[in-house]
Amino acid sequence: MAGTDHKHPNYMAIFWTLAILTVVEIGVIFLPFGKLTNGVLLCGLALGKAALVAMYFMHLRFEARTLGLVAVTPLAIATLLVSVLLPDGFAVAKRSQVKGAAATAPAKH
Amino acid sequence: MSQAASMHVAVEPAETPLTPESWGKLGMWIFLVGDAVGFGVLLAGYGVMRATSADWPSPYERLGINLTAAMTFLLICSSVTMVKALEWLSRGDRVRAIRFLLFTAIGGAIFVGLQAYEWSHLIHRGLHINGNPWGASLFGTSFFIVTGFHGLHVTGGVIYLLSMVRWVLNRPDPRDSYNGVEIVGLYWHFVDLIWIMVFTFMYLL
Repeated sequence: MAGTDHKHPNYMAIFWTLAILTVVEIGVIFLPFGKLTNGVLLCGLALGKAALVAMYFMHLRFEARTLGLVAVTPLAIATLLVSVLLPDGFAVAKRSQVKGAAATAPAKH
Repeated sequence: MSQAASMHVAVEPAETPLTPESWGKLGMWIFLVGDAVGFGVLLAGYGVMRATSADWPSPYERLGINLTAAMTFLLICSSVTMVKALEWLSRGDRVRAIRFLLFTAIGGAIFVGLQAYEWSHLIHRGLHINGNPWGASLFGTSFFIVTGFHGLHVTGGVIYLLSMVRWVLNRPDPRDSYNGVEIVGLYWHFVDLIWIMVFTFMYLL
């Protein structure tokens, strides 16, 4: 259908927000808060930037809410995958460490 | 119920309720959601490998972030030129719309060039798809697979954008190509969105 254009938000404001958030992200890696806090901050900033792109550049804010829910599904799948795989990964890593320690320990006679 | 009424009921709706503008737009959204699952799985796998590895190197120390920060900025700029192209098209200005579409494609091409430069630099320093001089070999594997997969998307996007320039040129009324350009825009912004995640997870964290 021709000419069915969306509302056009202030794209330059979105651009500057994204640019500033990128600079903030780079600054965060030098903060002395520890890996976990920095990681949470960086994840939050990345999700915020991604949400801005999706909502305003991809016009998801002006689409049907169902489409928004469909669009969020991959994030939920990735989060689920991490939560399922992490315990297994840690278990394998721990087993490898135990095996490595046993191999390097002196044999008892 | 009369025959005419029953025939009316059997007619399928011409518009999708999710994207009333076109079925093509819904098709692109479905493709993007599937593609996002692919990237989500790659990044989730990367996260798990990294969290459970004892000798994973610090990415921003080894990879360097100055160039990739510039690449991120470039992609954000190209997203703006993309929406500007759409904005001019909605006003019926074909010349400006094509100009901004070309700016977007050029931004994407520069991005791919910078990525090739970064890859060659890292390969020269010893990082390979099956080896890493700074620790876990999966660091190299995951880096090249994820950034390579994204780079392929950008390359495809540049070709798609250039084909849309031709599409806009061939329409008698430029507004007729609004829907097609909006769909290519969805793809391009998706590529930008994925890079935002890749930049954070693979370079900064």
